[in-house]
Amino acid sequence: MSLGTEWVVDWARRSAASLSEHRAELADLDRAIGDGDHGENMDRGFSAVLTKLDGMPSEATPSEALRLIATTLISSVGGAAGPLYGTAFLRASEVVADRSSLDAHAIAELLAAARDGIVQRGKAQPGDKTMIDAWTLAVEASTRAASEGADAVRLLSAVAAAAAAAAAATEPLVARKGRASYLGERAIGHRDPGAQSTALILRAAADAAADSTANGA
Amino acid sequence: MPEAAGAAGRVGIVVVSHSTQIAAGTIALPRQMAPDVSLEAAGGTDDDAIGTSFDRVDSAVRRLIAGGGAVLLCDLGSAVMTAETVLELLEPDARARVRIADAPIVEGSVAAAVAAQTGGSLSDVVGAAEAAAEAQRSSASHGGSPVDAASGRYARTATLINDDGLHARPAAEFVRLAATFPTKITVDGKDAKSLLGIMSLGLMKGATVRIEAEPEGAAAVDALVALIESGFTTRGNG
Repeated sequence: MSLGTEWVVDWARRSAASLSEHRAELADLDRAIGDGDHGENMDRGFSAVLTKLDGMPSEATPSEALRLIATTLISSVGGAAGPLYGTAFLRASEVVADRSSLDAHAIAELLAAARDGIVQRGKAQPGDKTMIDAWTLAVEASTRAASEGADAVRLLSAVAAAAAAAAAATEPLVARKGRASYLGERAIGHRDPGAQSTALILRAAADAAADSTANGA
Repeated sequence: MPEAAGAAGRVGIVVVSHSTQIAAGTIALPRQMAPDVSLEAAGGTDDDAIGTSFDRVDSAVRRLIAGGGAVLLCDLGSAVMTAETVLELLEPDARARVRIADAPIVEGSVAAAVAAQTGGSLSDVVGAAEAAAEAQRSSASHGGSPVDAASGRYARTATLINDDGLHARPAAEFVRLAATFPTKITVDGKDAKSLLGIMSLGLMKGATVRIEAEPEGAAAVDALVALIESGFTTRGNG
């Protein structure tokens, strides 16, 4: 079984719904150690994505849908998350450019390319208390699942669980990148908002995949 | 039409900031000393909130690509990320005409604008901005305020790194820039606006000069120091 453009669109819709629902929580996390705008920025960015996806041609490939998400996030998010998530979706789009459907291995490649884009753009390392912590463990889980022969749904389920655990694991860390790095040890005890939004977005990817097969796709 | 003639051929500068006001205020400084350079303020989000706007940076860069290219100076980290993303999405031939300078926006944009005003290439302008960052770090680490405690005048020193020293064309450029400021400025005691006075100092490569003015002329002194520290990175008019 593999996933197509419908999965990408549903992933974006579920991300938008989840980020809207958790907007206040992300704002609180960001207010504690950042500038407080992450919830609003992500909500605004994915709302804009929904509008753009409504106007997308129905024959669009997964790659074209991912690129539309990327360019919309880049131009509408505002904070650091715009270029970071925008680059992630852009690289994901490039690595699946010639595919009309995505199996587990293609999903694993897509996630690794997204992670690489964020690392290149943000220049942070794992353990710096950023969204890269969540992406790193998510990609490790995805590589492992793909090598064990998991299908796309099981792979994404493992990815979502790993990202959620990684987001929680940012709490005891001192930040070495981003606005929170100015706080030193005062950042300890607070979860990184970027790692948390990554966990929400990857959970949305897993739910969209599970739902697409439950409906007999 | 001859190449690199007039404003259309000059490198332009984009200041990318999280704040609309910071970007607008920052470009006002170099505008004073580089009247022929296109300076673009790309600050704030699309609705002027705090953040950076891909579209504002992208359209500023595209306006300058039509001229002599663009050098970007960015404030906090995510402004750099937005600028890098703009470059990544440009067409390759357009991207070759844009560079991001690793320099603080105030010192960097002043030095970059002076280099652009005197006809510097893309690399010259980036080099001038990044050298200004170095100069700023070293003057800060020496701990001294440029304001002389005894005289109350604003004074800075700079070392001539270009081959000709303060002679011939570099001297003329120096005097021309000095003449754009209303304040009286001196170079080792000589009038900075006098070409003969400057040349009579016989300043060769490696010489250190002291430039000073009353405190209200600080911007003029900074601009002249930036010009010297840029090595008069000019490609001439040919």
